Amino acid sequence: MAAVIERRVSGRVGLWVLIVLFGLFCAFPFLFATITMFKQNTDVYTRPNGNQLIFTKAPTLSNLTLLFHHTQYGTFVVNNVVIGVCVVAITLALSLPAAYSLARAAGWWAEKVGIGVFVVYLVPPTLLFLPLSQLVTRFGLQDSIWSLVVVYPSFTVPLSTWLLMGFFKSIPREIEEQAQVDGYSRLGAVVRAVLPLALPGIFTVVVFTFTLTMQDFIYALSFVSSSSNMTVSVGVPTNLIRGDVFYWQALMASAIVVAVPVALLYNLFLDKFIQGFTMGAVKG
Amino acid sequence: MSVLDEVAARPTEERRRRRYLFDRERVLGPALLLPAVLYLVAVVGYPLVLAILYAFSDVTTGSQTLHLVGWSTFRSAIDDPVFGTALRNSFLFTAISQACVVVLSTVLAFVLTQDFRGKWFFRFLVLLPWTTPVALSAVIWLWMLDSIFSPFNWLLVKLHVLSPGGHVVWLGGEHLAISSVIALQTWRILPLATVIVMAGLSSIPQDIRDATEVDGARFWRRTFQIDLPLLAPVILVAVLFGIVFTFADMAVIFILTGGAPGNGTQVLASWAFYKGINGGNLAVGAADAVFMFPVLLALAAIVLRFARRSEVG
Repeated sequence: MAAVIERRVSGRVGLWVLIVLFGLFCAFPFLFATITMFKQNTDVYTRPNGNQLIFTKAPTLSNLTLLFHHTQYGTFVVNNVVIGVCVVAITLALSLPAAYSLARAAGWWAEKVGIGVFVVYLVPPTLLFLPLSQLVTRFGLQDSIWSLVVVYPSFTVPLSTWLLMGFFKSIPREIEEQAQVDGYSRLGAVVRAVLPLALPGIFTVVVFTFTLTMQDFIYALSFVSSSSNMTVSVGVPTNLIRGDVFYWQALMASAIVVAVPVALLYNLFLDKFIQGFTMGAVKG
Repeated sequence: MSVLDEVAARPTEERRRRRYLFDRERVLGPALLLPAVLYLVAVVGYPLVLAILYAFSDVTTGSQTLHLVGWSTFRSAIDDPVFGTALRNSFLFTAISQACVVVLSTVLAFVLTQDFRGKWFFRFLVLLPWTTPVALSAVIWLWMLDSIFSPFNWLLVKLHVLSPGGHVVWLGGEHLAISSVIALQTWRILPLATVIVMAGLSSIPQDIRDATEVDGARFWRRTFQIDLPLLAPVILVAVLFGIVFTFADMAVIFILTGGAPGNGTQVLASWAFYKGINGGNLAVGAADAVFMFPVLLALAAIVLRFARRSEVG
């Protein structure tokens, strides 16, 4: 009995050691960045090899003021929001019908196309950005956020279609059959009976599509050249570090301001994401 | 089961209606699918074909027409001394970082399936490296690895590894720069792999695990004899994703080292950018990028085979 309790306790201790180690490994850069963003200049730059994790001067919000009022960071954020909203709209318009079709179709082709759509997600942007930059120029979209609005669905549509397919498969066919018995057309039945049930899934896809558009680096770097059209991902490393004489505190703030809300959203929707991701692989 | 019985028990008239619906589905299905497929062909399929054509052409950013020149573009891409380094680094970075990710993500997934206080917060911390746009987390690392103000330098001085006032230039020497890049890639991919393994872990039927508990199987035995063999396919999927995202990544190199020292940390993807966009030589850039294609094709083939096998099971 004592041996069992001892094993339980040592297991518990081992678990907490792992939790602390993994927590530090994953989050230390963010802890360091968060501390830095509230520091005064003299607290950061006058202590080489000093302990940068403690405050020797009072914390300050002036770095955030600097970031939002004296740099184009605000513009970058607005660009990201406009791009995100447009890409979400395009993605839903394309992947909702496609996913429904794949979830309900019975033919052998449906499964093949479903897997095919998923494989498209594995085609990396670094293979496509050179021809796409030429195409973007040919269509007169160079150096504009609209080039990104057109190109980002190339990776949001495959993932969203796969996820939505999973959510649709979990809704029984009888739902739309019953609605048709009640006098709706097939499409009417889908819109009135199926979509409301798929709403949590659709919401998950909206969140992931929006955050996915913030992850891109290479397309925004290749297509956009003027700072007023840049996204956060490209504007911060190319424009803020190299452009002005700049302070690390504001740079850290620029990363934390985006990183924390996005991670909170992911955490909130993670279980739904896993659910959709694995259900897409289950035969309907 | 009850649903199937219900369908079977329906009157024939309804079954006929169902068949009618099925006929319409043959039209409706493809019609709903078509817009998405056409869009993907336009923004993924067509550029993919163009990328391969570019590699056999002499196209530059100023060109209006595509003029095929055969293998000479590939030859000039390979003759560049940086190419060999980039090719080696692409494989090196991917192999080492993903080997670390496999081990760490499996352990972390087990940790995350345990119950403990503050798990929600822990999960939030663990997700951060993946959810943060890679360009921004690379900026954080750039500061964290600063040669003068790095907290690691402070720690090394405290541990008497470094003399007071000593510095480690984390991104300066080739070996340190390469190690830093690998560390960042491992850190960044770990949460994604963990989430995928976790999904697999939660799909292992609880009664299988319970049965081994009754047998008196201890934690390690259960882990190695029950969980890991069942998890192997899911871990494979996690690795495939990790490889694709690491092998084809250029943002980490671009921001953390810019390819420096010299071009010692270039990878195929970043080198394709420097040649194609910065240098304006689209053809040679595309040729560099196309070298990633066989690897990615092989990965896609494995994914497909895996998908087909799970379909049988």
